[in-house]
Amino acid sequence: MKSAVILFPGINRENDAIAALEQATGTKPTLVWHGETELPNVDIIMVPGGFSYGDYLRCGAMAAKSPIMRAVADRAGQGVTILGVCNGFQILTEAGLLPGALMRNASLKFICKNTHLKIENTSSRFTNQYGMGDVVDYPVAHHDGNYFADEDTLNRLEGEGRVVLRYCDANGTVDPATNLNGSQRNIAGIINEAGNVLGMMPHPENAIDPLHGGIDGRGLFKSMVEAVS
Amino acid sequence: MKARVHVTLKNGVLDPQGKAVHHALQGLGFDGVNDVRQGKFIELEIDGTDEAKAKAEVTEMCEKLLANTVIEDYTIELA
Repeated sequence: MKSAVILFPGINRENDAIAALEQATGTKPTLVWHGETELPNVDIIMVPGGFSYGDYLRCGAMAAKSPIMRAVADRAGQGVTILGVCNGFQILTEAGLLPGALMRNASLKFICKNTHLKIENTSSRFTNQYGMGDVVDYPVAHHDGNYFADEDTLNRLEGEGRVVLRYCDANGTVDPATNLNGSQRNIAGIINEAGNVLGMMPHPENAIDPLHGGIDGRGLFKSMVEAVS
Repeated sequence: MKARVHVTLKNGVLDPQGKAVHHALQGLGFDGVNDVRQGKFIELEIDGTDEAKAKAEVTEMCEKLLANTVIEDYTIELA
């Protein structure tokens, strides 16, 4: 199984992405620089976290227009599995591959801690290894993770089962008190209409080794591998 | 020719930064401020003298990059 990690200037989570993909697929991913126009033939593409282009203009805005993203959009259209985490989620929304936008956290604070997430869809190619309503523990590290979309878009996402992860507490309670960053309807991760692109703010790649303090993130990578095999 | 672009959050989109600025202004004793919305100002130096053409081009720039129309509105002034 082959995978690729896209590199932009200012990205800093690529090594975590590489470690998680290598652990799940058994093969080191190919690294692809943002200035490239072509992607190798891969089953999984990951857009990692960081601060591409120093978050200039808007988080992910510049990266979304870089040459490689045209190739990523083509692969998305062909149904290739694409995971965008943190800045990767921001880049995928700015590129128009996922609806909505990520705004400044409602608290205005950079939030760096572990958070609980509720699995809301177990048939997606990213969450098939989890049970419905499972509560998982992944770290977050972001300043702009406050998910916004208009009401019609939110209703459509919900109606189509495209809200995959929501912020919650250890008991799985989803309410304003457990809303980490002000996201509409506690949304932490969504998939596109075809179900092959996931964007999420939390970092499953930082919950894959006991040294991380937990291995809840392994399920997400295993899900992708299962779905692709 | 200069183009001046203002990018602001759409009505109905919460602006936590504007709220924090509002709060700080109140703390300084500026009680007459009812609301604060924070935005961006972008100045472009562009070729040509044809205003209609420039306007069309800057509009395209706003749609493609300068603004995120999911959450932001923009206005363009040419001078």
